[in-house]
Amino acid sequence: MSSYDTIIIGAGHNGMVCACYLARRGQKVLLLEAANEIGGLAAKREFFPEFQVSVAHSISHFSAKVAKELNLESHGFINPSCSLPTVGLNRNGEHVVLAHDEGGAASLSGVSEKDLASFKNYQTLMYRYAAMLKPFWGTVLPRIGVSGISKAMTYAKLGLKLRLLGKSDMREFMRIAMLPARDLMDEYFDNDLLKALLSWDALIGSKMAPRSPNGPVVSLLYRMGGDFEGAHYLPENGIESLIYSLRSVAEASGVETRTNFPVEKILIQRNESGLKVEGVTMPDGEIITATRVVSSADPHRTFIDLVGVENLEIQFANRIRRLRSEGYVAKLHLALHGEPKFNGLAGPEGRMIIAPTMDTIEFAYDDAKYGEFSRQPVMEVIVPTRYQSELAPPGKHVISAHVMYVPKMLKSKWSVDAREEIKNKTIDLLAQYSPGLKNLIAHAEFLTPEDIESNFRVTGGNWHHADHVIDQMFMMRPTYEAAQYSTPVPGLFLCGAGCHPGGDLMGAAGHNAAHEILKS
Amino acid sequence: MSDSNTVTVDPFEEERPKETHFHARMAVLNIRENWAAWNGYKLANYFYDAEYEYFCVRNGCGTYDICGMQKYFVTGKDAEAMLNRMVTRDISEMNIDRVTYLVWCTDEGRLIDDGTVFKLGHEHFMLTCGSPSLAWLEKSCYGFKDVSIVDMSEGIAALALQGPTSCEVLKKMGLKDIDTLKPFGIKHFPFGASQDKPLMVSRTGFTGDLGYELWIKPELALKMWDSLYDAGEDYHIQPFGEAALNMARMEAGFIMPLMEFNEALKTIHFRHDHTPFQLNLDWLVDFKKPHFNGRAALLREKHDGPEYTLVKLDIEGNKPAEECNVYSDKGCENEIGYVTSAMWSPVVKANIALAMVKTKYLKGEIWAEIYYNKELRSYTKVSRCTVKEKPFWTHSRSRATPPLPY
Repeated sequence: MSSYDTIIIGAGHNGMVCACYLARRGQKVLLLEAANEIGGLAAKREFFPEFQVSVAHSISHFSAKVAKELNLESHGFINPSCSLPTVGLNRNGEHVVLAHDEGGAASLSGVSEKDLASFKNYQTLMYRYAAMLKPFWGTVLPRIGVSGISKAMTYAKLGLKLRLLGKSDMREFMRIAMLPARDLMDEYFDNDLLKALLSWDALIGSKMAPRSPNGPVVSLLYRMGGDFEGAHYLPENGIESLIYSLRSVAEASGVETRTNFPVEKILIQRNESGLKVEGVTMPDGEIITATRVVSSADPHRTFIDLVGVENLEIQFANRIRRLRSEGYVAKLHLALHGEPKFNGLAGPEGRMIIAPTMDTIEFAYDDAKYGEFSRQPVMEVIVPTRYQSELAPPGKHVISAHVMYVPKMLKSKWSVDAREEIKNKTIDLLAQYSPGLKNLIAHAEFLTPEDIESNFRVTGGNWHHADHVIDQMFMMRPTYEAAQYSTPVPGLFLCGAGCHPGGDLMGAAGHNAAHEILKS
Repeated sequence: MSDSNTVTVDPFEEERPKETHFHARMAVLNIRENWAAWNGYKLANYFYDAEYEYFCVRNGCGTYDICGMQKYFVTGKDAEAMLNRMVTRDISEMNIDRVTYLVWCTDEGRLIDDGTVFKLGHEHFMLTCGSPSLAWLEKSCYGFKDVSIVDMSEGIAALALQGPTSCEVLKKMGLKDIDTLKPFGIKHFPFGASQDKPLMVSRTGFTGDLGYELWIKPELALKMWDSLYDAGEDYHIQPFGEAALNMARMEAGFIMPLMEFNEALKTIHFRHDHTPFQLNLDWLVDFKKPHFNGRAALLREKHDGPEYTLVKLDIEGNKPAEECNVYSDKGCENEIGYVTSAMWSPVVKANIALAMVKTKYLKGEIWAEIYYNKELRSYTKVSRCTVKEKPFWTHSRSRATPPLPY
């Protein structure tokens, strides 16, 4: 007799979404979180007394279907009326600003008439493609080679959607889908800031730069499938409102959640009938049994650390080993005595991107891919206290920045000094855009990918668990034989960012996994 | 043009077959200079005459150089777990100083290679196989914390001694109690001036008869050869090459890579490789073991039955059925398989072959279309084949301990 129908490892948003769906269908679900707090990379943490922030600092495409089905709004997850503007920062204050009004209409400022016209064409086309792909992010993509009408239908639908674009748009999609970001941007625009700004979402989080092949455009379209057509936003009560609303739904659905509960191993029964998941073991030896275990941990951690290679096949284990899941994004958190001022901006509004040209991004990447610091990093900056003043004491502020490219595997090895060095370099750069910033700093925290790996138990410190690259997406994510949420180990499922459709705060992986589990 | 005073560099040095640890002695005896190569080492195809060497192995004893065989030390706390996950047989019950024959497969249950595992200590195994396998072993080790692989292929000199007089020769060589060594057992012996026991002998081989394999460090290789040949003088000891080995192993019904099977990691065409079930190696697949590589796929294969099965054929007439196809009818209209190895067996006095035949046709008639050549003229004949269940040839002394004196 199992004590639980399902044990879910990891109370990040995907684990919670999956838990909610299963519990609402009557399963007895236990959700285990290793950290003190639920939420994973979206958890709000105090990084300096009275200053709070989460590693994930904006949302671009949380699944509207999940929000609706789980009724998250009535539990406190409320979409804002408007998305965040994206600002391509310029040292002299001549910024490029991309904003959307309440009706969703885009406005672009700081570029030429020619770029403005191109942008309209670009946007129309990209939104058509994003809309075409959108249904498939929330669908289990069947295993190749498995027959069955419903499975064949999924691919038939994809083919049909593609065909319905019309001949010229379809051909164009086939042409640009695999383009490096740089080729696409050069083709449409002249303005360097604009090009860097628009390619940002194609790259961030993966080991990719503007000249990288391997499907950055698909990754961009993935993010463009959100409620605000890809524009980032902050829910009314901040990122944590997503986590708290999921917790509230989970509680209401009867999910039992335990924090501070790190799973040591996935317990696997081994006998003449083969392998079967029995539950999990804790570091103190406690065993909790369940009919199935669903892991929202990354594939490497799930299979290699928690399952163990002795329970896996050799080629499968080596495909997990070869997943590209090395993080290149660091996180800078600043506790500030006052509001930072940026040259040429009335206030620190929106998502500010420091990447003057695509070459700046490329060169920053070149350094990092050989294990060095970027000589000139690029970054995405938000002042979350601008939208949520309770994250800091009155009048005080927080800066949250994603900094690229910071290699997980630093050639000279990570040390306190190495972290200080890149932290200071990042602050120096930021201060070039925000004079006076340094005088405001009460505390600075810099999380390297290695810190993210150890603090949040994410292999490589990679937010996406595995890069968003074409060979690790769709029915190849994380790798064949584990790409439909079930795994080669009977009773073990995946529901995290390492599954289709991928990372970011979206919840589709948790949703799709629950769908697949309930079907089986 | 190089003048005689300068040292000339051989531009093909890397390309030339290397000489094994026994080469100095074998080169003298290789009257025909007929060398083949195995994993980069010179190996005699035959020394004098293949049939003569075959008769020496069947009636006296012969030595076969297995320096070219790949040998890996697998050591560490996780060595057993790593090997047991890799191979289809269960090695967890093996005793120290025992050898076992086994195979390993891809995730899809396709045969990668066959070989033997020697258990030399609780955390010390030696894996031997025909082809370099370091890449696969490294993959197989991934994720195990305490296991290391050392390629000992160069570091151990190995010689097979096979045939009815082999035990007597080793006795005469001074290997005390060698006759108490059981099949697939290992014993260690003093040799030369060394105080420890540098000579390892396993009762293993590839001829179906009584036989041993001798393992020693390279610096003692020639000394061991000499003392073996001194002891064997009156017992018809003779080196034999690949050709004679192939005859003996076929009679014993043993499979050979590139004849009976393709290594799965080296085939290009989909399913030009094989499963253990196709090769009649079901007995090496232990489903009682909870997990091993390819288990799920092999369970399906067991359930569905293999499409082809390797069978032993006794063929009418005396023309070896080399490289021919087999049919379900005398008119040769319905092709049902192909011969993998064939020969006229002198000891069985029969025209024998190993063949891959579609399993569903095994109960019916099997005809081989044989092509042969007589004084430059080509002929074809169709011969009836009979499936044999047992090996074509075996001898009770190969299993008896002690083996009866010959």
